[in-house]
Amino acid sequence: MSEIIKVGMADLKTCLSPNALTTLGLGSCIGIAISDPVAGVGGLAHIMLPDSTAIRNGGNIAKFADTGITELVRQMEALGARRTRMKAKLAGGATMFATSAKSDMVQIGLRNAEASAKKLKELGIPVVAQDTGANYGRTVIFYPETGAYVIRAVGKPERTI
Amino acid sequence: MSDFSLEKVSENYMDVLKELGNIGAGNAMTALSQMLGCKVDMRVPQIKLLEFKEVGALMGGEEQIMVGVFLGVEGDITGSMMFLVEKNSAKHLINKLMMGMAPQSDDFTEMELSAMKEVGNIITGAYLNSLSMMTNLKIYPTPPELAVDMAGAILSVPAIEFGTVGDNILLIQSQFFDEVEIDGYFILIPDLDSYAKILGSLGMPL
Repeated sequence: MSEIIKVGMADLKTCLSPNALTTLGLGSCIGIAISDPVAGVGGLAHIMLPDSTAIRNGGNIAKFADTGITELVRQMEALGARRTRMKAKLAGGATMFATSAKSDMVQIGLRNAEASAKKLKELGIPVVAQDTGANYGRTVIFYPETGAYVIRAVGKPERTI
Repeated sequence: MSDFSLEKVSENYMDVLKELGNIGAGNAMTALSQMLGCKVDMRVPQIKLLEFKEVGALMGGEEQIMVGVFLGVEGDITGSMMFLVEKNSAKHLINKLMMGMAPQSDDFTEMELSAMKEVGNIITGAYLNSLSMMTNLKIYPTPPELAVDMAGAILSVPAIEFGTVGDNILLIQSQFFDEVEIDGYFILIPDLDSYAKILGSLGMPL
């Protein structure tokens, strides 16, 4: 019996196939899904901010793209995954409101997506699919067994990347 | 001041922030009542300091469809502010404002979105006005932006701003009702320096 494990905001979880991972209502945050299909290990991180070094309060490492991805990969390796076999998919990073008073916060979704891609590249993990940007929220479900990353949005057909 | 965080403020400061929220929400409800031309009752607002992962559950789940009005705050303090209502409650408010002429559909028309933006504008304006009067600080809102989407997605915007300084979000839940019960939520997101200004102007320097 397989189950779907929920990942909260600023949170990360791993699972073994055939279990799946989900995170609900991604806005400007990014859902980073990584799998090693050979080992049957998957991981999903719901990060909020691009860079832990730019922020004074770096308490929760799952909050940032850089530290979150590093920790997710570490936990997956502990479950038997190999970095050389890992593949990543990205979703989220929307701009929910057209303008914002804080100019550096306007492009936060875009910056989150860029920071995630950069960190994954650093670790040598290819990004094989991506659905980021635009102006709407996304709920995602990740099936590490097949690598399917299912994306749902309000008033839009479900899609799988 | 650079080490200010919501987790570390004393009970006293939290009480002041709560009271500001309370009065702000009260004024917002008065403005709403005048706009709708009917009596609007409200319960005592609940002020909550929540972890990010708890926020979605409070509003009926991360996938609950909400209407969010977001605006910037400028003047003596800087930051942003958000007002959220659940979709059906928003429909009810809009219909009331349009004298029952709003179309009965599941989606929002341009006209309805515009009306909702105005509701948000007036409610948040009244809220910020009362904050400005109490603190004697100049506070100006920027034009509002609106989004109809999942609660989690809309809340990611204030959550990210709170996320730059801590792991909690300060939320003011205001329940009000005329014929139907409506849950509305205010989220005021001052910049770090602005917290000090708000509390300082009330004679409570950090």
